[in-house]
Amino acid sequence: MSIQIQNVSKRFGTFQALQDISIDIQSGELIALLGPSGSGKTSLLRVIAGLETSDVGEIFFDGQSITNHHPKERNVGFVFQHYALFRHMTVFENVAYGLRVRPRKTRPSKAEIEAKVMELLRLVKLENFADRYPTQLSGGQRQRVALARALAVEPKVLLLDEPFGALDAKVRKELRRWLRKLHDDFHITSIFVTHDQEEALDVADRIVVMNNGKIEQIGSPDEVYTHPNSPFVYDFLGNVNLFKGRLHNGKLTHGEFAIDVPDSHAHTQDDAVGYVRPHDTQIEKTAVTGTVPVTVSHIHLLGPIVQIELRREDMDEFLEAELSKEHFHVLQLNVGDHVFVRPKQLKVFIPEDFSI
Amino acid sequence: MSSLTLKKKPARIIPGFHLSLGYTMLYVSLLVLLPLSMIFINTMSLSWAEFIAIISDPRAVASYKLSFGTALTAGLLNVVFGTIIAWVLVRYNFPFKRIIDGLVDLPFALPTAVAGIALTSLYAPNGWIGQFFDFKIAFTPLGIIIALTFIGLPFVVRTVQPVLQNISAEIEEASASLGATRLQTFTKVIFPELAPAILTGFSLAFARALGEYGSVVFIAGNMPMKTEITPLIIMTKLEQYDYAGATAIATVMLVTSFVLLFTINIMQWLANRRFVH
Repeated sequence: MSIQIQNVSKRFGTFQALQDISIDIQSGELIALLGPSGSGKTSLLRVIAGLETSDVGEIFFDGQSITNHHPKERNVGFVFQHYALFRHMTVFENVAYGLRVRPRKTRPSKAEIEAKVMELLRLVKLENFADRYPTQLSGGQRQRVALARALAVEPKVLLLDEPFGALDAKVRKELRRWLRKLHDDFHITSIFVTHDQEEALDVADRIVVMNNGKIEQIGSPDEVYTHPNSPFVYDFLGNVNLFKGRLHNGKLTHGEFAIDVPDSHAHTQDDAVGYVRPHDTQIEKTAVTGTVPVTVSHIHLLGPIVQIELRREDMDEFLEAELSKEHFHVLQLNVGDHVFVRPKQLKVFIPEDFSI
Repeated sequence: MSSLTLKKKPARIIPGFHLSLGYTMLYVSLLVLLPLSMIFINTMSLSWAEFIAIISDPRAVASYKLSFGTALTAGLLNVVFGTIIAWVLVRYNFPFKRIIDGLVDLPFALPTAVAGIALTSLYAPNGWIGQFFDFKIAFTPLGIIIALTFIGLPFVVRTVQPVLQNISAEIEEASASLGATRLQTFTKVIFPELAPAILTGFSLAFARALGEYGSVVFIAGNMPMKTEITPLIIMTKLEQYDYAGATAIATVMLVTSFVLLFTINIMQWLANRRFVH
């Protein structure tokens, strides 16, 4: 089912949670709503589910407005961050709930319900836990029950609110891969909320980056990561080094340091900022034009990659570089070494939200 | 090998287990078990035949029926209305909510005789409320039920309130998004969560109503065989210095109450079992 969100705004008291949000979601897409806490991502998800009503704007499922429909009429599966399982029901009863509360006319028979529930429990690999109560399960298992419960009603849309937020790193990774696989098998339009950029980049077809109740950027994971359209998106999607300077004649300059910025000849700006990812921050042993002198202040060995903290010698600022272990051994860096840094992929943002 | 590893006994995290357990035992024995056992000891002075004769006296039997019947009815009424009051106090905001919240406790604080006099004057045939009814309220079992409901009100409200507060809105939302109607959400999701607390509230209100004397004697009218409650019979016997007779009847009440409360506790254990594993 396709979803159109048109000009949705929502205000809680004096707090503007959502501000003129419009998104078009294709049928079968897996969308991530990514943003810091308080960015409105959960509010938007709840508005789509009907758990919250928008002040302005409309929501369409397959072209039909469902703006004023009650949650139970929307045929939406909602998975809560803290699972929201029914504690007094077994795993089986939890999953069967959505089928058992149907009006008699559309309610499947007892045998059908049982078959359906067991099928779902097999899908989430919990068929041996049908008689357990939620308190007897681990966090990851509870989240899988919550997912099976949401899928039992055969929703047209699956909404997940920080589904893996409360789990530890390993289970999290496992579950999100599994969610991706599930989505590829079922092709159910899904939207999940997360504040973890890695999760969004790993799983989603498209990412909606939100901040202060507004959409910052919509695009594929690659698009938002390599072509962020604002400093916020650049900053939120990964670590970043800042090069402040003056933009003039196609160069970003600061004191001795000058680097070419293609396509910027038309602009002259005094307080421009260049953004570089740590893995695009190249370390050179000798000075060349367009490099900054730095001192190695810390070396963090993180398995296959090496993170290096560098202190700029021309000003009191730190940079971060990331390189592979092999490259690190070739360079033979030690703490205290004087080296030079060259930004490979510089993205310059100047105020008024203009980017080159 | 340090001396610590030689100690077999696992260390408890919070100290004072033995001290607090000993204190609990002593306290319960002195305050509850010892006085209660006096009832049995006093009853022992009767022969078995005398005992049976006293407790099966038609007047006494009528009073058991009345006492247990009215206490049970009052307890059930409190379950219904106490739960509604707790629901309203937790879920809605309205002016003077705190004052109403405070009023709930008043039946606890009021001397029961005061409550009895106030209720009697309201429900007497010529009282403010009683005058509107064709049938008598005060001086009938109906009046007793009203008095017992009054004094038992806080129990259900105060036991259900905190549990209701702890039920997260999320499970109701989950239920709604799975297609349940509001009624289904209440009966299948919220009520089962509240059931243990409601049961506790009921047993407290019921137990309190069984032993209630002060507020009932005024409104009951105390007609033998009709509106005479068991505590009154015990009182009457005591006033006639018939200690053995009074304790014999008290024994019946005690044993019956114990059996009832024990049953409720088992039900509660069953209801709670699924939450704590």
